[in-house]
Parts: sequence; structure tokens; C-alpha cells
Amino acid sequence: MHIQEELNQRHVLSLTVSNEAGILARIAGLFTARGYNIDSLTVADITPDHGVSRITIVTSGPPKVIDQIMAQLDRLVPVHKVTDLTESGPFVERELALVKVAGIGEDRIEALRLADVFRAKVVDTTIESFIFEITGTTDKVDNFVGLMRQIGLVEVGRTGVVGLIRGKDAI
Amino acid sequence: MAEKSGADILVECLLDLGVEVVFGYPGGAVLPIYDALFNHPTIKHVLVRHEQGATHMAEGYARSTGKPGVVLVTSGPGATNAVTGITDALMDSIPMVVITGQVPTQLIGTDAFQEADTVGITRHCTKHNYLVKDPARLAGVIHEAFHIATTGRPGPVVIDIPKNVQIATAPYKRPEPVAHASYHPQTKADAAGIDSAVEMLAAAERPVFYTGGGVINSGPEASTLLREIAALTGAPVTSTLMGLGAYPATGPQWLGMLGMHGTYEANYAMNQADLIICVGARFDDRVTGRLDAFAPGSRKVHIDIDRSSINKIVDVDVAIVADVGSALADMIALWKARGHEAANLSGWWAQIDGWRAKKSLDYAENATDIMPQRAIADLYTACTATGKDIIITTEVGQHQMWAAQHFGFDAPNKWLTSGGLGTMGYGFPAAIGAQMGNPDSLVICVAGDASIQMNIQEMGTASQYRLPVKIFILNNEYMGMVRQWQELTYQSRYSNSYSDSLPDFVKLAEAYGWTGIRIDGPADLESGIRAMIDTPGPVIVDCRVAKLSNCFPMIPSGAAHTEMLLDPSQVKGSMTDEAKALV
Repeated sequence: MHIQEELNQRHVLSLTVSNEAGILARIAGLFTARGYNIDSLTVADITPDHGVSRITIVTSGPPKVIDQIMAQLDRLVPVHKVTDLTESGPFVERELALVKVAGIGEDRIEALRLADVFRAKVVDTTIESFIFEITGTTDKVDNFVGLMRQIGLVEVGRTGVVGLIRGKDAI
Repeated sequence: MAEKSGADILVECLLDLGVEVVFGYPGGAVLPIYDALFNHPTIKHVLVRHEQGATHMAEGYARSTGKPGVVLVTSGPGATNAVTGITDALMDSIPMVVITGQVPTQLIGTDAFQEADTVGITRHCTKHNYLVKDPARLAGVIHEAFHIATTGRPGPVVIDIPKNVQIATAPYKRPEPVAHASYHPQTKADAAGIDSAVEMLAAAERPVFYTGGGVINSGPEASTLLREIAALTGAPVTSTLMGLGAYPATGPQWLGMLGMHGTYEANYAMNQADLIICVGARFDDRVTGRLDAFAPGSRKVHIDIDRSSINKIVDVDVAIVADVGSALADMIALWKARGHEAANLSGWWAQIDGWRAKKSLDYAENATDIMPQRAIADLYTACTATGKDIIITTEVGQHQMWAAQHFGFDAPNKWLTSGGLGTMGYGFPAAIGAQMGNPDSLVICVAGDASIQMNIQEMGTASQYRLPVKIFILNNEYMGMVRQWQELTYQSRYSNSYSDSLPDFVKLAEAYGWTGIRIDGPADLESGIRAMIDTPGPVIVDCRVAKLSNCFPMIPSGAAHTEMLLDPSQVKGSMTDEAKALV
């Protein structure tokens, strides 16, 4: 007997939650307990009184599982609202990465040239290294990191995705 | 404003919330609360023998009265011992509030004596939980906890209170009800869903009501409405284990329980239906059998207060997120307003009568041994004859299924069993809790010889509070359901399923000041049951039944409703790996 797996779709979910102790553990634990995937999860408070946080989760699963994830998140007591950005119309998503690259000579020049193409900024430098700051979609960051790997990638720090729907209205 | 200690604020809140009984066990981290409860004039504290017992008592109390069950335990082992009962309440949607002591705030995280991360451990087995670090927040949290436990889909809520918070003082006034920032369960159905459901019901040729524990949780009114809509439409009614009693077992449209040990007619009706109205049930694997063969030709309407139950297992055509009682009332009102009449379902009923003729609950009687099914049937007859209000609780296993099959329930809140979690050790403490809430009822725990031993220490609790509960053990000297599965799947290799070294239950009864009765054979069965009922005070009956009886009908794991085994001759003794891997 072999375990069967289903085809997955990527979805970006945006949640507003009461900013209380344990909320992150509650949400992360729900994903592990029910066997859902988390590709990335970001959280930060978004109101002046620090009462409400926005959590952005990138997950993947078949449509039925995504629907369950939404319903399961929605029934957690501190969760105010759950929106599937992928389903709710056009939206903007960004993540930020810090990318450390080491090299000298031609590699160094090529790194700067590529950074320019990707509109990455140099935020730290030594004679033998750069740290680039890049923002963009996950794909763009992946591509940039992939190119830097060929030049002399040392390490990467990524924030994970945040997103908002386009237009004037809140979700 | 006058200040009160955290412990006094807690007790004040319990009074405000109408709490009459607390099931608990003292310990270092709850001593201030126990002192506040000392000789309390209105809140009765039931001292249990193990914290798991307290949680199941609270469940039994809640399920039989409709009020939330309240538990009070200490930190560390007190809290971890309560985890099984908390999880049980989550799975069966039982309203329960568990107050746990915690080490003082300055010691949290230091591996202090009797410290456990209670909110961490219970985060995923509660509907919600709290750690209260400020006595000024306590009253608000306690009121909110009761609100969350008892509304929407009910469930357990844990409040962890560090010892210094119990002693520190804060101004107290009774909290005003405030709208919760994020918790707003939907109880009233959207009109469109009700409209579709009513029209589908009016047009259906082979409808079935598939009802569950949600009908019980919605309150007795929901059971009345279920009976009304069943009468209006003429459709047959089946129920899950958790929903028994919502529609009367003596009712003309009753098909019996469905699912793994359900009746032939209930499972075939589900399989052949053209419309299934699921009312407060959740398409559990014990109900559906093999999913791709579940009710293949039917359209489905699902009424549930929990949106996440809808389309979780089975895709439905109409989703109605609402309290069951409210949704049924809306459907009945619309049915009448549209002037619908019950359709002619005589063809459907003729088909059902054909399945009923299989008499799937029949069993071969035996002259020398008591058949366990016979014991339950006789218990039912004897109980009915008393004219008393009867409450039956069960442990988990074969005896539980036989009780569900052979004891008829005509009213809600009279059948208390661990359905979702399947917790051995549930039934006896649940009976104690039910008896606390229903002092005049005849409360009987139907048990097996193995599962009764899981919380048998609570005999002392029943003695202490003079609770006349009865334990009726179907003693076959096996973990019967385990043995049955070993027979089905592992060619009768009975690995560790024999109940060796059983205690003498009659002597055990006497040791606790109970009455013990042994029923050895068919000749003693009726008189033994009558003696149990007539004996005042708590009684254990050790009813020796046929050792190797199995529970039929049975849909083996991974099989369809139409692949039901009706008797032992159909048991092959082995299964495919795919079937073995299913629970």
C-alpha cells in the first residue's frame, strides 16, 4: 500500500486577528494538527492600539482543502476575518529579502548589474561582499536568489508574503 | 469600589452565571479558590477521585441538563489529567468550562513544581482557552468563557488562573454583556438555503432525514420541531449515535441508527435516497462508510451551526449555516406558507419495509448464555415499566453499540455516550454527573468489563454524595470490540484483548458500600435487572454474557453501506491493507 497525494494550488490568505497571547500558536497549530501546508506566514499588528494584527498565510492544497482551511480559521475565536486573496480578485503581494553575496572582480560587477535589473538595493557592503534588499513577488525573489547562487550567494533572509486586494476598499 | 481577590471574583462570577455544581479536585495551585468555596451555601462542589472523572461528570451533567458543566482542577497533573475529558467534550460539542490552577505568574516558564503549559497543551482540544494574568480581567474572561462554551457549536473552554492572581485583588463589578470583537456564530439561516431545502423536500421521491447531536445541542425545542417536520413531510428519519432520542425510537418513521453498526434499513435508505437532509450531523467516517459509495444518487442539504462541518467530508448541494432549531422552524413555516402537502411516498416506504423485513438487529438466542443484546432489550423493557425518567450512559465498545441498537430512546438528553473521541471510561462518571443534575431520574451506566475499569475509582464519589447510579456491566471477559476487529481482520489472533485478572465486581461493590448483583445465566436476567432497579443507592450488576458475541450489523472499515455484514457467517477473518489502514 502507498500513500496517495492530491494536486495542490497556491493561495494567499489574509486574516485579521485579535492581537492576544498565543494567537500565532493557535493558527500555526491548526495547520499542523489538520495537516495543512504553510509556505509562508507573516504577522504584525496594524492598529494604533496594537489590538489587531494582520496575518498573511501562503498555503497550498486542493480547492476543497482551501475551503476547509478558511472555515477552520474563521471559527477560531480571536479571528475577525479571513479572506482568500487569490479568490477575491486582483491583489498585490510582496515579500522582502536580504541577500548576502560574496565575490571579487567580475563576479562583484555582475552582482551589481543583476541587482540593478531587479531593482535591488545595496544595504551593506565590504570589499568582498554585498547585502542586497529586494522586494517583489515570491517568483521575482526566487529568480534573483537563483542568479546570485551562481555568483556567490552566502545566505538569505526572507520576510514571507504580505498582500492586499487592489482598489480603494478594505478586505 | 470594593476590591475582591481573584478567587472571590471567580466564585462571584460562577454565582452570577447560575452555576450550581462544580466537579473538581483540590491541589496546591487552586487552594485559594477552594478556600473561597469552603462551605459555600449555593455552589455544590463534587469531590472526584481523578480529574478525568470530573470532566466526564461535567459532560454528563451538561448533556442531561443542557447547562454547562464546570470543572475545577489544580495545575500540572490536575490539568493534564483533564485533557481526555476536554477533548471528548470538543469532539461531541459539549458545553464545559474548566478552571485550572497555575503556578504564580513569576514562576511560569521555570519548570516550577506542578507546572505544565496548560494553555499550550489544551489549545487544540478546546474551543478556546485563556491564561489570566491580571485579576481585573478575570470577571470579563469568565463571563466570556461561559458565553463561548454555550453558544454556537458548544465546546470546552479552559481558564488557567495563576495562584497569585487568585490571591491578588481588583475592583469587581458584575460585567455588562458586551458584543465580542470577533466571535459571532451564525444562528439564523439565510432565506435562500431554507427556500431550496423546502422545495427539494417537497419534490423528493425518496427523502431521508439524517439527524445528529446538533439536534440535541440545539435544545429540546429542536427535537419537537424535528418530529413536526417529519410528520409534515412523511419522510423517514435516521440518526447518528449522538442524536438518538431526538426522534423517538417508537415513532412510525424511525429507521434506527445509521452507520457502521446501524440498521439495514437506515443504511439502505441512505444509499438509495434521492434527497438527504442532514440536520446537525457531520458525515463522520463511522456514518458514511466508503465515501465514493456514500448515498451516490442523492442531493444533499446540510444544516449545521459550524460552517467548517459543511463540505468537510461530503460535498452538499445546499448549505444552511444555522442553529438546527431555528432552521427547522424556518423550514416548517415556509413549508406551511407554500401550502405543501406530504408527497405520496408509499413506493419509498414499501422499499424501506422490504429492508426492515431483514430484521438486521435480530440475533440467535442461546439457552445457556445470556446474549448481550437480550440483556439490553430486557433492561429496556424493565426500565420502561418503571415509568421513571431514564438516563442511559455508556462506556465505549460493543456494549455501547448494543445499547444504541436495543435500547429505545424517545426523548433528547437521555442518552449520554462518547461518540467522537470514543473514550473508554466516559460512561460511569457521566452517569454521576447526570445523576447530580437529575436527582430523581434512574441513571444507568451500561458498561463493559474492560471500560468500567478505566474510571472505576469514581465509585467513591457516588458513595460520598449518595448518588444512586446503577452500573450494568455486560461482562464477556474481553475488550469485545477489539476482539471483534481481530476476528474480522487478523484471523482471530486475540492480541491483548482478553480481560485477565478481572476484579470480583460484587465484592468491589461491597467494598465501596454499594450493592453488588451477579447475573450468571438467562434464568436470572429479569430478576437481576429488577433487583438493580428496585435497590436504593448505587448498584453494580455483573451480568455474565456470551463471551464471543459480535456486534452486527457491521459495515467493515472502507466498505459501502450496501456491503453490510449481518451475521458471523459473513466474516472472512482477513482484510486488504487498504481496509486495515482505516480506523
